[in-house]
Amino acid sequence: MKLTNLLTSAAVALGLAAGAAMADTTKVGFVYVGPVGDGGWTYEHDQGRKAVEAEFGDQVETVYVENVAEGPDAERVMTQMALEGADLIFTTSFGYMDPTINVAKKFPNVKFEHATGYKRADNVSTYSARFYEGRAVQGTIAGHMTESNIIGYIGSYPIPEVIRGINSAYLHAKKVNPDVQFKIVWAFTWFDPAKEADAAKVLIEQGADVILQHTDSTAPQAAAQAAGNVITFGQASDMSEYAPKPRVSSIIDDWAPYYIARTKAVIDGTWESVDTWDGIGAGMVGIGEISDVVPADVKAAALAIKDAQANGTYHAFTGPINKQDGSAWLAEGETADDGTLAGMNFYVEGIEGDIPQ
Amino acid sequence: MIRLEKRPQPSRAWSMATPLVAVIATMIVGGLLFAALGKPPVEAIRTIFWEPLFGEFSFYYRPQLLVKGAPLVLIAIGLSLGFRAGIWNIGAEGQYIMGAIFGAGAGLAFYPSESFLIFPFMVLAGAFGGWIWAMIPAVLKTRFGTNEILVSLMLVYVAEQFLASVSLGLLKNPEGFGFPGSRNLQSWDAAHNAELIAGTGMHWGVVAALIAVIFAYVLLNRHMTGYHIRLTGEAPRAAKFAGVNPTRLVLFCLGTSGALAGLAGLFEVSGPSGQISIDFNVGYGFTAIIVAFLGRLHPVGILLAGGLMALTYIGGDIAQSNLQLPAAAIQVFQGMLLFFLLAFDLLTNFRIAIGKPEVA
Repeated sequence: MKLTNLLTSAAVALGLAAGAAMADTTKVGFVYVGPVGDGGWTYEHDQGRKAVEAEFGDQVETVYVENVAEGPDAERVMTQMALEGADLIFTTSFGYMDPTINVAKKFPNVKFEHATGYKRADNVSTYSARFYEGRAVQGTIAGHMTESNIIGYIGSYPIPEVIRGINSAYLHAKKVNPDVQFKIVWAFTWFDPAKEADAAKVLIEQGADVILQHTDSTAPQAAAQAAGNVITFGQASDMSEYAPKPRVSSIIDDWAPYYIARTKAVIDGTWESVDTWDGIGAGMVGIGEISDVVPADVKAAALAIKDAQANGTYHAFTGPINKQDGSAWLAEGETADDGTLAGMNFYVEGIEGDIPQ
Repeated sequence: MIRLEKRPQPSRAWSMATPLVAVIATMIVGGLLFAALGKPPVEAIRTIFWEPLFGEFSFYYRPQLLVKGAPLVLIAIGLSLGFRAGIWNIGAEGQYIMGAIFGAGAGLAFYPSESFLIFPFMVLAGAFGGWIWAMIPAVLKTRFGTNEILVSLMLVYVAEQFLASVSLGLLKNPEGFGFPGSRNLQSWDAAHNAELIAGTGMHWGVVAALIAVIFAYVLLNRHMTGYHIRLTGEAPRAAKFAGVNPTRLVLFCLGTSGALAGLAGLFEVSGPSGQISIDFNVGYGFTAIIVAFLGRLHPVGILLAGGLMALTYIGGDIAQSNLQLPAAAIQVFQGMLLFFLLAFDLLTNFRIAIGKPEVA
């Protein structure tokens, strides 16, 4: 492998040169799948990057490239960052998984952190957040608030993370409102304001008065506002510009503590490959302020769920839970193991419709 | 008074010069844009155009130019044949997707065989996938007179749904923990479109693109079909009298461009990309339209234009990372290129005259 040798020797040479020239600066790269102004997923990762800059000041230099397509483009951008002397690179989309592994092989001295994936190496860590904990809070509010008993859900892609969120929201809505029904629309995008607005309108026309979304733009919030009596939840970012209504609460991804900790580990030379999956307790999943549109008792119930998950006394997937086909999944009091959750590809009992194949 | 005066003959000099003038104008106005964003304009332009070719890490970027440019050239060559004859295939993106699905599917059906026949079979299947997808607008046009622009464009979205479907179902990696996406063909030697010489970026798709350029050049200049294509575009009535069969021409042009787009998809999925996934397509089929026009619908021009577009992509990413230019600014920069090209094209057929019009 000539290229590998070439790249490695270049990286080594550069590492030596960089080591001599700017021994104190740690360079941290970020690869983003969307624009930093998406107001959702990528926006929050960029907030994490800014937090790293604020925390370490002149000790670090951060660089980012936005709107990077998954595949060869991502591989090129990562290689470029590594060549330019990055010590740590965060790759913030599931589709960057194989490219991250490929590039990491060529640059054994550069540390990589891949969000939401499952492939690791000596210099590749993975990290993700237990968003389903936030979904449990949302489901609780949604079940209480709906009057039509129809809750609309905008799915992005039918991958385990999204299915987990749907199941968690459904279970907790059902718990407080047995008549509740979920309508799910798959947008097949993470970020496309036009498609998301269409999906929201379709759901509203079908009678949904609560919209949950697993897509990143504020378009569904705008659609709900236009429709009037519909409530929504901010996704990935607080989306507080739509508070107090339609946005009544939100799930906020807070990557800052993790990014700061990992950057510190590189600076201190203590970085190791790990698999991190943190939730509300560790502060990776934040619950945006529950607005006054939500009655006080509902708000209290939602916060109780939040706190119980934060201190570890309650798990969002606690039995008895059956799968959609009626077969038993979790027995009374049993909680789901992380392996099953990580690869979740089934609906729980009561959700109608099929997962797209 | 400034006005436009139609030239009696299109200016050959301007026709040759406009791409160059457009690039220069883009550099100037783009530089102003970057300056307005508070970035050093000369440094930004230098990063985009110079860094990938001659910069410190050009040993890595030069091969990447081939990787990025090859699918653009391959698709644009096919499109240019139809565009010359006034047959508008706007759906190369869909044909690219279908080529990748057919090609990867044909290969994966034999997983994990190590037969050397698998890759050639995938190439045929990829070309077939693109061809059959382009045949839909072609047959609808020749049979029912539908508009091929609309049909081919709409089929892109159908192809995207197919892509999502096979990523989640038919071609999903059984060892992928339920996540969407096929097996990675890069780790299966029989199906891997690897670099022919390591470190050069030269894979079969690049070879195919170069062959397509030569093939198109010979076709247009030496072959009867090429003559018919050119005649139909330049003088449709004359073409009719010369006995050009419009049905055959539509089938040929759409079929060829579809097959080439399908090949581009296959070489991408089996090589640089490695796997079928929901977001496999990144817009090569649409960018190739720009490349075709930037290259004046001429095979050699397209080769150069493909290289130029690849350069702005790779240089643009470097500029983002090194100078923190926003991605949107890079996209505006690329858009300017086509805009200025079309604007200066006016000067091929018109000249700017100052003063009162002469009385005829």
